Amino acid sequence: MTPNRRQFVKGGVAAFTVSFAAPAFLSDIARAQGATARNLVVLYLNGGNDALSMVVPYTNSGYYERRPTIAIPAGNVLQIGTDASGTGVGLHPRLTGLKQIFDEGRLAVIQRSGYPNSSRSHFLGTDIWSTADPSNPSGPGWLGRYLELMPQPLDPLTAWNTVRETPRTLHSRFVGVPAIPDPRTYAFSSPNGGAEATYSRQAATRIASHIPVDRPHLSFVAGTAQAAFQTLDRVASVAQYQPTVAYPNNGLGSALRAVAGSIVRGIGTKVFWVQTGGFDTHASQNPNQDTGAYYRLMATLNDSLLAFYQDMRNQALLQDTLVLQFSEFGRRVYENGSNGTDHGAGSTMMLLGGAIQGGLFGTAPDLRNTPGNPTLESSNGDIRYQTDFRSVYARVLDQWLGTSSTTVLGGDFRSPGLTFL
Amino acid sequence: MARREQRIEHLLRRAGFGGSPDEVAELSELGYHAALDLLVFFDQTPDDADQRIGTPGHAGVTTRTQFLPDLSITDARQRWLFRLVHTRRPLQEKMALFWHHHFATAYSKIADIYGGAVATRMLGASAGYNLPTGSPRGQIEVFRDKALGNFYDLLVSMARDPAMLVWLDGRLNVRGTPQENFAREVMELFTMGIRPSDSAPNNFTEDDVKAAARVFTGWNLAVGARGTNNANDPTLAYSYLYRADRHDTTSKTFSFDIYPGGGRTIAASGEQEGLDFLLACCRHPATGPRLVRKLYAFFVSELQPAPQAFVDRVSRTFYDSNFDMQRVLLQLFLSPEFQDDSAYFARYAWPVEFVVKAIKETGWAGFSVDGALSPLLAMGQQLFEPPDVNGWDTGPGWFSTGGMLARMNFAATLTGNQRFNLREAARPSKASPQSVLSFALERLSPSPFENAPYDELLAYLRAGTSWTGSDAELLAKTAGVTHLVLASPQYQFV
Repeated sequence: MTPNRRQFVKGGVAAFTVSFAAPAFLSDIARAQGATARNLVVLYLNGGNDALSMVVPYTNSGYYERRPTIAIPAGNVLQIGTDASGTGVGLHPRLTGLKQIFDEGRLAVIQRSGYPNSSRSHFLGTDIWSTADPSNPSGPGWLGRYLELMPQPLDPLTAWNTVRETPRTLHSRFVGVPAIPDPRTYAFSSPNGGAEATYSRQAATRIASHIPVDRPHLSFVAGTAQAAFQTLDRVASVAQYQPTVAYPNNGLGSALRAVAGSIVRGIGTKVFWVQTGGFDTHASQNPNQDTGAYYRLMATLNDSLLAFYQDMRNQALLQDTLVLQFSEFGRRVYENGSNGTDHGAGSTMMLLGGAIQGGLFGTAPDLRNTPGNPTLESSNGDIRYQTDFRSVYARVLDQWLGTSSTTVLGGDFRSPGLTFL
Repeated sequence: MARREQRIEHLLRRAGFGGSPDEVAELSELGYHAALDLLVFFDQTPDDADQRIGTPGHAGVTTRTQFLPDLSITDARQRWLFRLVHTRRPLQEKMALFWHHHFATAYSKIADIYGGAVATRMLGASAGYNLPTGSPRGQIEVFRDKALGNFYDLLVSMARDPAMLVWLDGRLNVRGTPQENFAREVMELFTMGIRPSDSAPNNFTEDDVKAAARVFTGWNLAVGARGTNNANDPTLAYSYLYRADRHDTTSKTFSFDIYPGGGRTIAASGEQEGLDFLLACCRHPATGPRLVRKLYAFFVSELQPAPQAFVDRVSRTFYDSNFDMQRVLLQLFLSPEFQDDSAYFARYAWPVEFVVKAIKETGWAGFSVDGALSPLLAMGQQLFEPPDVNGWDTGPGWFSTGGMLARMNFAATLTGNQRFNLREAARPSKASPQSVLSFALERLSPSPFENAPYDELLAYLRAGTSWTGSDAELLAKTAGVTHLVLASPQYQFV
């Protein structure tokens, strides 16, 4: 984890900094580099999402047997059909916007996604989903490797991270990704005004441009400062963006608003990272009441995604937009004594966007505690994965980002049944 | 004052938060060993920082109605920042910060459940601020108290800490339906870790997590004091309670040794089970090395992994001393690895370190630490709000573009606030741009500037003016160049 990450970044420092060369006409370079305006928004649900409360197998009796307190009544779910196993599946009652998108055929739900021997650790689990490499989860991220395959030097705004820490998914051996939580505060100030302020910015920019070759840690920080200066003005233009709909006033809403602004302004960003937390619901999960913890998580998720979806549609950019949602693990099949759920295994991924061929992919687990149940593992306590998450990544890489999934993922994870793209 | 005592300054940056010019001078007179003695055996120095809050000669705090660090999380943050700037026991505060990162507990989850006043009290209550009868001290006070104490004692305190019992749901862990949250993290993050490297086998199994959860059934929370019985009740407080009737008494067996000599099944009963288990976690052969690697990165260097010989040596002290952190830290600060000048500035400054050092070196008269709270959030380190139980993503992880801009902008705020003080301090050096630059580089203590960036600082001082040393010029340029040094990549290391 942390020490490995440190070593890893250190090893990548020298190359990292040179990639921040500033082209004179950034949008031209971006256009030359990217064949299309297509973009990918990765949405991480931090904490291990209890997917059984998000996408509910409401006709499965095991669901109600093993979750006597926190199950969502069948009559309350938003039905989205019957999957290939014959299980009736419904969205959490607060996901009315996602239901609408599903009905428009623009939401794909991948049930029971995961990988063999799933880690129940937040940190190792996140690293595995981020690297798509269970055997080397301290390495660069899967999208970091994708960025490495693009023509270099990359424009520093090719990817945009909306949180403060660079997520491992975007870690690369030599491509830096700017962190821009809020474009409105992404600016440079000075203790003086007028001409002095201009001199200050010029001097700070030039100081950051001197990258010492023999002090890699200093180079790393200077490279980061340099990238900040190179992105300031374009990000300022995004801060001016007036969306066509109101976004909810929370972290995810603000992040998606900024993403929309960036896409509309066409500043060349292809990959965005957004995340929202609070999914580690060990206790008082309470998905059925509007004040309950999980209910509020669904409200944040639903309202932010719906606003983004509608904004992109109004801007006629939905066709170029794809959102991919994941979490580090699913939660335990049965509830614990605190009306919550502990760390589990298989989970549910969702994808939405104008090019998505929506629907239900994979089958729901049979949650009954029956001997030899093939859809469960660890004494029928956790969900056994059916679709390898790397197959979902592979489809996105091949069919959306137009690269080679076998190169990025280091193996052939293509699955012909995943026809969502 | 020239900064020539490099080893003392290095010690102050690491065992503290850098020194004001006076502090450096004072410790330099003592010499390295006496200075170290003063820092490590801090009990000999009065802990009077709280009494100095709101008095002249110090950074300010901003009070809304009253200063209430036991009830308002904003005031608790201000109190801690003030202590970081003005404490006479810097290593105690430094280790408190280390433990806050190690046992990372966040205010927001506690406040969601119990409200802001109770959550603040759980994290920050202290005897100095109206501690209600029956209320335990806040978590940060435990970190201060046991900063260089016994690691096993600290671990037990955390297993019983009200804030921790809420944060990792131990309060809800009962017989029949155990709760795994604390049980997992006590092994994964607080002691042995999952595994030392990707290729090594795991230190514990999923069955161990389930067994450990049962060990801690009944380690719950009780109302320790209650008056008017609502969330704003100033006497409402919670404390740890072991509830025997909620404890799972069935046997618990682990994949690693619980007792020296190889017993893997807990032999004790009741609450003692948890104590035996925590002691086993401390004794686990992976715990010492993991803690030592973390201490090496925190105190010695982030530019390379801890050398194996260092890990072996200091881990031996950890085990041989029965987990005495004072012995461990003393050995660390006396080690050649720490004292070697290759370790100088080999550590990425945490946002809190950057802010405190900048304040101590730039000056604070007329500056309120409240002005640092929002910038710290933007830099990625809000006190009492680590992102998750793994603490902050340190090292290069602090340095995103947004985080770097936030540092530059805090430097602008601070130097703008201090511009008159800076001008007065620079007045004896006003003769030329070079002398003003020498003043700034001596007052602050960045890692060395090479010629090219040094020349940029000089060019800034010359920009738009043919130097006269006038009051107006000195006012703008001293603040301006101080800002540039604080905002430079070179300053982001300790």
